[in-house]
Amino acid sequence: MSDTDRLIEENIPRLRRYARTLVWERGRADDLVQDTLERAWGRFHLWRRDSDLRAWLFTIMHNVHANNVRANCATPAQQSLEEDELDIPVRATQEDGLRIRDIQAALDCLPREQREVLLLVGLEEMRYAEVARVLDVPVGTVMSRLSRGREHLRQIMGGSGSPELRLVK
Amino acid sequence: MNDPTQTLNESDLLAYTDGQLDARRSADVEAWLADHPDDAERVASYRQQNASLHALFDPVLHEAIPHRLAKPQRRPWRTAPQLRYAAVAAWLVIGGTLGWFLHGAQEAHSAAAMSLVRQAVVAHAVYTPEVRHPVEVGADQEAHLTAWLSKRLGTPVKVPHLGATGYELVGGRLLPGSSGPAAQFMYQDTRGQRLTLYLRAASGGNEETAFRYVREGKIGVFYWIDGPFGYALSGDLEKTELLQVAQMVYQQLNP
Repeated sequence: MSDTDRLIEENIPRLRRYARTLVWERGRADDLVQDTLERAWGRFHLWRRDSDLRAWLFTIMHNVHANNVRANCATPAQQSLEEDELDIPVRATQEDGLRIRDIQAALDCLPREQREVLLLVGLEEMRYAEVARVLDVPVGTVMSRLSRGREHLRQIMGGSGSPELRLVK
Repeated sequence: MNDPTQTLNESDLLAYTDGQLDARRSADVEAWLADHPDDAERVASYRQQNASLHALFDPVLHEAIPHRLAKPQRRPWRTAPQLRYAAVAAWLVIGGTLGWFLHGAQEAHSAAAMSLVRQAVVAHAVYTPEVRHPVEVGADQEAHLTAWLSKRLGTPVKVPHLGATGYELVGGRLLPGSSGPAAQFMYQDTRGQRLTLYLRAASGGNEETAFRYVREGKIGVFYWIDGPFGYALSGDLEKTELLQVAQMVYQQLNP
């Protein structure tokens, strides 16, 4: 296996994790990863060695996903997902499970721009400047989306019995 | 005195939450939070959000990576529709080019001649496998066959005898041609190998052409125009063998 192969393959687990935040269903999330990898292999010569490979890969995934979303919106016949088709990994304890379900539902309530920033920062632990490069927006925009997204999420999750939490199914 | 917490802003709180502040600035934020429980609660809540995201999604990191992701370049077709389109486009180009060349070839043979050949080949393919009814009128009624076809084609028809080449007349039939009636004579050698001679009225007066040869799959065809008729001799034979028979036909018709 070449260095190129190894460098990209090291990032596959994180790409899969982020894909799962964009597309809940496992098979379709892996489709997204696969599309991203194929594009990455094809354009590897465009990657600057001194830049962060992970950010570059996430940028590609983000663009692929945005294209898919646009394409899907153009064809309104969307398949509806049953809950048991959602392949969300859930940790064991019931209380954690509830919290996880809560945040999953709450994430769905956020505008896409806020959710992306929240995940790249909170889950991928990217630095703000990196997130700005991935999403191709100014750092100030990242900060304001992050601020609004977090506060939005806190309000959704803080309100007990908030009807939005029942959006799970 | 200049209190650094006076310049604390939302970005500092966020960066503190995410561990993206340097140590000195972090100390300032901590001092601020000690005096501002609302903000402290917010930061705690944001950190809880991060923890929940990890709890929700980190298990994916430990899943076995599906095989299809290990070697993505091996399956370029499913997710690279542009390649599929490229292939289709390539076939269209190839097909178009081939069609253009074939078209050119057909030009050399003339459209009317190729129509004659096509009909002859189809009739050959349809009737030579026939066991019980290969012909309408058998060789035992040759006089009747000749009179009948001459009448229907509107011009005296002669039936060549090719026994010298090993092929005996089986009989003949009337067929629909593209612009009127056509006729087919069938011959057979002792091995059961069959030839057909197809003829129909030539469109362009009393012209005469040389033999031309085309091959349609297994079936070779010599065709020519001689006076009122266009002729096509078809058979699953080598070209030289078929040519000998064609020459015999021509001699029989032009004694």
